[in-house]
Amino acid sequence: MFQLELVVVGIVWGCTYAMMALGLTLVYGLLRILHIAHATIFTLGAYIGIVVANNTGSLWLAFPAAMLAAGIVGPLIYRLVYEPILQQPPYVALIASIGILIAMEDGFRIIFGPYGLSFLNNPWFTTIYDFGGITLNLVQIWMVAAAVILISAFALFSSVSRSGVAWRATVSDPPIASSFGIDVIRVRYTSFFIASCLAAVAGVLVGLLNNLVEPGMGNIVSYKGLAIIVLGGLGNVIGTLIASLALGVIESFGTVYLDQVLDRDAIAFLFMIIVLIVRPQGLFAPK
Amino acid sequence: MELYLISLATVAALNVMLAVGLNLISGFCGQISLGHAAFYGLGAYAAALAAVAGGPFVGNLVIGIAVAALIGLFVGFISLRVREDFLAIATMGVGFLFLGFVRKQNWLGAEMGISQIPAPPLDRIGFAALCVGLAILVIILSLHIGRSWMGRALKAVAQDEDAARTIGINVPRFKLAAFTIGTAAAGLAGGLYAYMTQLIVPDAFNFVQSVTILAMVVIGGIGSTWGAVIGAIILTLMPEAFRFINDYKLLVYGALLLLVMRFAPRGLAGIASSVVTRFRK
Repeated sequence: MFQLELVVVGIVWGCTYAMMALGLTLVYGLLRILHIAHATIFTLGAYIGIVVANNTGSLWLAFPAAMLAAGIVGPLIYRLVYEPILQQPPYVALIASIGILIAMEDGFRIIFGPYGLSFLNNPWFTTIYDFGGITLNLVQIWMVAAAVILISAFALFSSVSRSGVAWRATVSDPPIASSFGIDVIRVRYTSFFIASCLAAVAGVLVGLLNNLVEPGMGNIVSYKGLAIIVLGGLGNVIGTLIASLALGVIESFGTVYLDQVLDRDAIAFLFMIIVLIVRPQGLFAPK
Repeated sequence: MELYLISLATVAALNVMLAVGLNLISGFCGQISLGHAAFYGLGAYAAALAAVAGGPFVGNLVIGIAVAALIGLFVGFISLRVREDFLAIATMGVGFLFLGFVRKQNWLGAEMGISQIPAPPLDRIGFAALCVGLAILVIILSLHIGRSWMGRALKAVAQDEDAARTIGINVPRFKLAAFTIGTAAAGLAGGLYAYMTQLIVPDAFNFVQSVTILAMVVIGGIGSTWGAVIGAIILTLMPEAFRFINDYKLLVYGALLLLVMRFAPRGLAGIASSVVTRFRK
């Protein structure tokens, strides 16, 4: 029973990781950029969400507001920072991205204060359901539901819709795609938009789950997100989703059984380093 | 005031060792490392443990160097299999692994770290002079490597590993050498740091510290020894010169990293060399 509970809690976290890592892998698949500043979007979403929720009293309004803000800032980061340095060696964009992350963490601290904000009214957190001995609150249930709905929507978008096909064509071969009349630049903006919206939803949900939104909340999720996309084979969407869930479950077991040796956040990287030594291309082949 | 200047010089010397060491790995050899602070920490913890156990000063520093270089060699082996972006993330992982391990080990003081490290057998001025002297030695070593055949081989590995291999360069050997020497320098800085503060905690060696060291290298101009030296000195002095920055230190670091990468990816050394070529024309 205890083991089953660990699996369930692990899957809940895995869904959060999946929403973050999917965005990272989209950006990587398209531009070969390790978009570590994705954490900034996550935190931004959480702050916008909590400010809107606390001022309007509606949790439901928090999500579109967070997605809107993130959907603007994400593509803006691409336009202002990444686009001009695409021709540089990969570390240039990576370090610029770390710069954004560090600066914005301090920025959030300056704007919203160092101690973080709490939701004034968080009914989802206190609504608890019992599934035959395993208790989950409504936030955790929404976490899983949001991941399933949004990721399925994305899968549908990329397999059926015209822009989805254009997106896949651009990922596999940008010059050929653009010679077929696909607007590669628009595809990039779309990717950053989708990735940022997902991160914002994840941010609001993690804020609700901890009932706390703080300046550094995105960091660990983002570092782990990088570990996950490496595990999943960089740019490989299915691999990323599997790796996210696997990591969520491994972590939840690790915090119980490895607690004397390692802290929670190191487990992801231990797992990653072991996998990389055995399979340098990640668990699944990169695109 | 004098004490303050002496401690500032000591810190600057340690940062120079860290930056020049990282430049060997990431600049000369092109292997981006996001976990250099782990080796700084390894050196500090190893030397601190040895010092608390009552070892001699020089011996403890050597232990710090050896432990950092040994783990550095191991990470070098990872770099033989894992490349580019994968490697950057793997080195970041090494940093988190180090922190996550140290935080849970009671014999390493866990979150509280190691305190009551004995003072170095030198007065403050002597210790600062030693640090500056060692930093200069590290600089000379790096300059020498840069000019030697090894430096050129490393550069070839940085530019195109496969091409380097086809012209008969023993790529694994040079990568391992770069990692070992670079992390040894970090281990030395770590040991000196432990003696300087006489108290070490895990958080002194976190991801931000790794990024700060990388920032020194990148702002100075990646691949240039003098660039790393100047970057290290600037980032050490900047928060001191502008006290008001201290509250916004990370905001300024982050913004600097972003702006340098966005507008001058080759850093101060790149700006300097383009100015020089313009004047020569």
